[in-house]
Amino acid sequence: MLKAVGGVKYEKPPFIRLGDADIRELFPSGLEYNAPARGVWNIVHMGVLVPESHQVYVCAQGCLRGVALTVAETDQMDRLSWVSLSEEDMFDGTLESDVVDGVAEVIEKLSHRPPVVLIFLSCMHLFAGADYEVILDQLRAKYPDIDFIDCYMTPTMRETFSPVVWLNKRMYSLIKPLPLDKKSVSIIGCDRATDENSELVKLIRDSGLTLRDINYCKTYGEFQRMGSSAVNISYLPTAFAASQELSQRTGASALHLPNAFDYNILKENYQKLCETLCIDVLDLSEYECKADEALKKTLAAVGSIPIAIDYTAVTRPFELVYMLSEKGFNVRYIISDEVGEDAQPFNRLKEKYPDIMLYSSDNVNMFNAADEPNDPVLAIGQKAAWFFSTDNFVDIVSNGGLYGFEGIASLAELMTDAFLNKKDRRTVIQQKGWGCSCNAQI
Amino acid sequence: MKNVSRILPMYTADTSGVCSALYELGGMTVIHDASGCNSTYTTHDEPRWYDRRSMVFISALTEMDAIMGNDEKLVNDCISAVADLHPEFIALCGSPMPMMTGVDFEAIASEIRDRSGIPTFGLHTNGTVSYISGASQAFAAVVKEFVRRVPKTDSIGVNVIGLTPLDHPLGTEISIKSWLTTNGMELICGLGMGSTLDDVRRMTAAKVNLVVSNTGLEAAEYLRKYYDIPYVFGLPFGNGFSRRLADTLRSEAEKPSVKTGGYVPKEMLSFPDADTLVIAEGVYGASLCAALKADLGIKAGLLCPLPADDVFYGFTGGDCVFSEEDIEAFIADMKPKTVIADPLYKYIIPKGTMHIELPHLAFSGRTYQRSIPNLINTDIKELFK
Repeated sequence: MLKAVGGVKYEKPPFIRLGDADIRELFPSGLEYNAPARGVWNIVHMGVLVPESHQVYVCAQGCLRGVALTVAETDQMDRLSWVSLSEEDMFDGTLESDVVDGVAEVIEKLSHRPPVVLIFLSCMHLFAGADYEVILDQLRAKYPDIDFIDCYMTPTMRETFSPVVWLNKRMYSLIKPLPLDKKSVSIIGCDRATDENSELVKLIRDSGLTLRDINYCKTYGEFQRMGSSAVNISYLPTAFAASQELSQRTGASALHLPNAFDYNILKENYQKLCETLCIDVLDLSEYECKADEALKKTLAAVGSIPIAIDYTAVTRPFELVYMLSEKGFNVRYIISDEVGEDAQPFNRLKEKYPDIMLYSSDNVNMFNAADEPNDPVLAIGQKAAWFFSTDNFVDIVSNGGLYGFEGIASLAELMTDAFLNKKDRRTVIQQKGWGCSCNAQI
Repeated sequence: MKNVSRILPMYTADTSGVCSALYELGGMTVIHDASGCNSTYTTHDEPRWYDRRSMVFISALTEMDAIMGNDEKLVNDCISAVADLHPEFIALCGSPMPMMTGVDFEAIASEIRDRSGIPTFGLHTNGTVSYISGASQAFAAVVKEFVRRVPKTDSIGVNVIGLTPLDHPLGTEISIKSWLTTNGMELICGLGMGSTLDDVRRMTAAKVNLVVSNTGLEAAEYLRKYYDIPYVFGLPFGNGFSRRLADTLRSEAEKPSVKTGGYVPKEMLSFPDADTLVIAEGVYGASLCAALKADLGIKAGLLCPLPADDVFYGFTGGDCVFSEEDIEAFIADMKPKTVIADPLYKYIIPKGTMHIELPHLAFSGRTYQRSIPNLINTDIKELFK
């Protein structure tokens, strides 16, 4: 890994001492590098979660290729079609009719009639001022048995709406309000089911409530029944807006219970949940002890090995680093380009552990960082594994479905396993969409 | 009707073609785009990305910079990266958004060149056409920028032009070099794979160029026009056609037989009464058709779903068909007994038609990349195992 040695001075340094980092801009913007760690889900993986859906992408060839090969690698080519845009399409007045005609042609050619079609429009449509309502109105009139929604592959607009946040909002906008069922609770916006062993899931199930999640739904009808849940829970930051909107529409209560590593926040989460569900407050001491015991065992196993954590592994990397540091782990490196919803832990960490080194993941000077020699490192996350060239890494993306104290205990066990057992880094981190069946010959 | 596809993927786009062509030459390639072009390229179109470093970056274009025409940011970011990374040259290419906002890449390149002192060129890509266009421009640009007149080698020096992993599996450059050596010729530069910028600088030491993909045509034509180096289309597949191609290279090196354009060996002609269909990039597919006839007596026709030079098609008689619907109609009309094509064509190949899988990275990406055969100078029967 790159180090500030030999007087090397960068125009745009790819690393900074945490104590010197400015939360508003950790690194200066510039050209960006793309690390070959592919576990983070993209909008195609997400769209496939809508049961029985068909996705149609309308954009330029270059943009289409990434999405089409995402489904090719998961052997789900039958879930996606496309209409390619040419330069002429921008100027010949057919922007909307091309979408309508193209989507209709796809539908007519399918061997089955999908109950829902997700139409992905592109930056080109946005900049050209395409009239989405006209497109949707015409398609809905032509195919009244199909639910159409407009979705967006518009990375240029990422500073206004992150593509994942935006798609979550669109996907859950499909759910129509149903009479609320007080015995029904939904978890919103997860790309994998929450760990069954987590106290969150146990609490809901043990209270005799029905837990709904897009990951459990086999049919579009089941997905629609999420509209009956009286409480919608989100815990990923990218799911917050979707959960709020859905709840507003259906009349459900929306609860955001961040996937935290701060024990106090976790306790507050459960307090809020129990109050909302009108159930007895859970005694968390057992779970808390279990998390502490697991961390102690892991610390005994891994000792003082330097630890590197990247932002793709968990949604609150700075909070995780703070918690681990407080428990005695030697966390030395963080890879993150910005601070998300864990701004407070960032500030605490900066003050108490200012010598932790913070690395950018996309700075141009990181392009050959993986070739630089470094001492053995235990990594949490695929990008950390890549940049620190270690096969001892926890392979996890966006918390990996882990949650709460049980999640902390599981993460500790994964750290021990990663310390003791090497992984095939080359194959593992290049698989697209963590948890998906990626058939690519990597 | 626009290009609509129910189930087939699309071929690699022009931006990836640029990056692939320039990958090994020590330059810095910058795609002016938000993020997706680089991610798609490095994930699906570039098998060297994990193991071999190359300075391919994205400009991380934002909504505001696009709307406000903040080209200065791109210029400054490139100059800053030059100071840190010291590339041999800079190539700028565009994506759909710069196309819509009318970014003048040549002007930006000129400014970067003036301020950094580094050779810089702007390429006309927009993400809406295939890699053939992008790679062609990139090869031609680097040849125009760096090739200088040098003495010819005593032996028959050959440049191989159009080598990218998009059309040819890794290791092809070694196989072709070995084949040339075996046939008494010398590789001067394998443009795209296995050669350096210094090799590019001495390309005029060659007496003949071998164009192994339509991506190499523009550069080869430039070298013919300005340095009188003739060029021959073809890939040395199989035994019989490889021998014939070697003979052709030798004879063209001594005495070019065509005054304009390149030489297409007559063995690469497509057969109108063929019962086998090859779906592939033009030069690759026509060479395979030639090898099938030479070694196995199989009459094969070529369907190229990618753009190719009219002159090349005029010679080969192959068909250029692009959309899923048209390809399906072509197959239905031809009724071949066998189709040799990428595995992902399985979705439209009629039942009862034999499908011999021949993965093409520019189509199926890394999905079947370890199964892409290296057919250079091999027994073509291997394909049927």
